[in-house]
Amino acid sequence: MISLTDFLVVSAVLFCVGLYMIVSKHNAIQVLIGIELMLNGAILNLVAFSKYDRINNGGQMFALFAIVLAAATTAVALAIILNVYKQYKTIDPGSIDKLGD
Amino acid sequence: MSLAQVLFYLMAFIATASAVFVAGTKNLVRSIFMFFITLFALAGLYVLALADFVAITQIVIYVGGILVLILFAFMLSGKETLNAIGELRSKFISINKLPALLLAGLFLAVLLNMIFKLDADNLGWVKKAQVTHNMILPNSSMTENIGINLMTKYLLPFEAISVLLMVALVGAAHLSRKGRSA
Repeated sequence: MISLTDFLVVSAVLFCVGLYMIVSKHNAIQVLIGIELMLNGAILNLVAFSKYDRINNGGQMFALFAIVLAAATTAVALAIILNVYKQYKTIDPGSIDKLGD
Repeated sequence: MSLAQVLFYLMAFIATASAVFVAGTKNLVRSIFMFFITLFALAGLYVLALADFVAITQIVIYVGGILVLILFAFMLSGKETLNAIGELRSKFISINKLPALLLAGLFLAVLLNMIFKLDADNLGWVKKAQVTHNMILPNSSMTENIGINLMTKYLLPFEAISVLLMVALVGAAHLSRKGRSA
């Protein structure tokens, strides 16, 4: 049997890689990939603990909700990134410092 | 060591290694395709956690939907600016990345410390679930149970998230229109 601690360690590593990408990348798409990695680490925790909840399925259910939420976030974020690129000709989050009129 | 454990360590290695590659590589296209590998390995980990329905959903939505969206956004934003950003980044490599590495590493240390102190396999409710046989076994099929729960116990979150998905899709379509008359 695979222990829960193994799952938790894997998800902690994924979460920290995502955190590193969000802080260090100069490209909005890579920042978005970092957010997806963090979400996947959290979902892995939900799924791993859901093994001990056969009747209610709380973990698996909220993992499904989190996946759908991630899809919605990505669609909106990519639309925003494309608009930002149209306006500023760059998608570096550090150089977008003017409000659009 | 059983076969499931060997597969788990293989999948965990693939997932973490490809995630580190995604974070480390300079080439954006290569990082997107390695993210593809990470998501597949995570689906394998979900199967090993006995959540086959979540694994299939992961493949359908993440790999089929989100990754294609990210590729589209990458193809639609210009190539020259991306290259310019890459050059700028490689010049100041150590100055830029040290604080981020420090933050991520310290956070990982805190998380690992907490996980090993927690000792998740001996938690009270986990022990109780093992005693009362409220745990998923490898031969139990959960998809039917998920469907019933989705329509009874979790009906309100289900409806709320479907409305939210609708709103998000309409908003994304509105944001990416050609004419900016609004």
